[in-house]
Amino acid sequence: MQITADHVTSFLQLVAERVKEQREYLTRLDAAIGDADHGVNLDRGFSTVMSKLPTATDRSISGLLKLTGMTLISTVGGASGPLYGTAFLRAGTAIGDRATIGAEELIAALSAALEGIQTRGKATRGEKTMIDAIAPAIDALKEQYAASGDLLAAMRAAVAACEQGMIATEPMLATKGRASYLGERSIGHRDPGAASAFLMAQAMLETLERVAQG
Amino acid sequence: MKKLINAPENVVKEALAGMAIAHADLIDVHFDPDYIVRKGAPHNKVGVISGGGSGHEPMHGGFVGYGMLDAACPGAVFTSPVPDQMLAATKAVNGGKGVLHIVKNYTGDVMNFEMAAELAAAEGIEVASVVTNDDVAVENSTWTAGRRGVGVTVLLEKIVGAAAEAGADLAACKAIAERVNANGRSMGMALTPCTVPQAGKPGFELAEDEMEVGIGIHGEPGRRREKLAPARDIAEMLAGPILDDLPFKSGDAVLAFVNGMGGTPLIELYLMYNELARILKDRNITIARSLVGNYITSLEMAGVSFTLLRLDDEMIKLWDAPVHTPALRWGM
Repeated sequence: MQITADHVTSFLQLVAERVKEQREYLTRLDAAIGDADHGVNLDRGFSTVMSKLPTATDRSISGLLKLTGMTLISTVGGASGPLYGTAFLRAGTAIGDRATIGAEELIAALSAALEGIQTRGKATRGEKTMIDAIAPAIDALKEQYAASGDLLAAMRAAVAACEQGMIATEPMLATKGRASYLGERSIGHRDPGAASAFLMAQAMLETLERVAQG
Repeated sequence: MKKLINAPENVVKEALAGMAIAHADLIDVHFDPDYIVRKGAPHNKVGVISGGGSGHEPMHGGFVGYGMLDAACPGAVFTSPVPDQMLAATKAVNGGKGVLHIVKNYTGDVMNFEMAAELAAAEGIEVASVVTNDDVAVENSTWTAGRRGVGVTVLLEKIVGAAAEAGADLAACKAIAERVNANGRSMGMALTPCTVPQAGKPGFELAEDEMEVGIGIHGEPGRRREKLAPARDIAEMLAGPILDDLPFKSGDAVLAFVNGMGGTPLIELYLMYNELARILKDRNITIARSLVGNYITSLEMAGVSFTLLRLDDEMIKLWDAPVHTPALRWGM
């Protein structure tokens, strides 16, 4: 399976649609343990990405990912702007000037994105952040792809791991980000960043399924 | 939601436009990226900028002017501003002597300011940063993102602004800023929640007989919920942890800052100031300077925060120095 710049555009469009649809849900999660703006902020960011895509000059995969990263950094604010922005930038850098990418390049790009999030946010697993959804997803993606060589099957496993990781944030005590100020009261709530990460993972799987169907 | 607004998504820009007209003698407002800048920038001194989510007015935009901030970067309501804003503001106020970034300790603010500082440094501008973290309500800094920056930020902006105005270099400005932060402590409480315009609903709910102790300034719930108590008990609840933390000692001279969260009338703030003054007198702590009013707010939240800053002679001199901004003005 080869992924093209058009596929990346479809993925970005799908993320933007889902963020808009799930705006209230993400904001409600954030209201419980944060400051009630996660959905609103991400929607503003991805809506701006959508408005910039038609006139993008660099339409390569890395160009589109870097444009997305820079736009998120410039428009989202909060912690999620720098975190997702850095993730897209790092993924774009990892892909470099390749016109199309295969499974291995995609896995490398997603790993670079996770590293970027960890470096910028100085968080590790178990702190009730988006990392708790993303890191297990990438683990599953690597393992399943190594075992089967089937990217689509590996991505399905990754999305399942991502969902489990997201659900696993519910009983966690937050020690990073604004939820950490709640102490014990952060327990019992799903992390909004983990929820938006899951949404993006689902969009990636759907995009790959469409690619596979041709 | 009952607010004086046209559309939730336009609140920040329309308020900035109003500020620009109301204080045209002191500030200019730049849009896209949004920042408020002192008239005539850059000035021949260290530039001092701050920023943060909107909804805390008059902080920070109301503190732009002579003797305080050179620029302020307002984000969306309760959302940190983005690096483009801080980078543009840094460039606008850089008079060749470097720029100090005053950052409140919130994950998003710290990340966005860090990215802006990296970008400014890449353009050859000398940037130093100070992160305020004075909120004693955050009990365990190891297991959290660290203490939040709250009331001390206002006092720090005034004092550092005066130092920069008097010709202090960037290293000296950073040093005094760190000294202010190290000697200041705060704690706040809420009687009511507040509603972010784009969320349309309050960030948390409080029953008629409940209060939230240890709140931040973003409409987030605090550390614990308690039954509403008389003002004198609430004053003890806030002052106790502040006094014990530094700790403030008998014979110390302090600046006592009683801050309203936005929805509390001055009559209650002065009543609380009376309680705080009594507590300090009992501990033989002298109030050398004071500030009472709504300066670092959380939209329409009703509530109060106390900030105590242990003063030295230099801080007193800088506090007393002339200042002329939309929200603070004396000596000129």
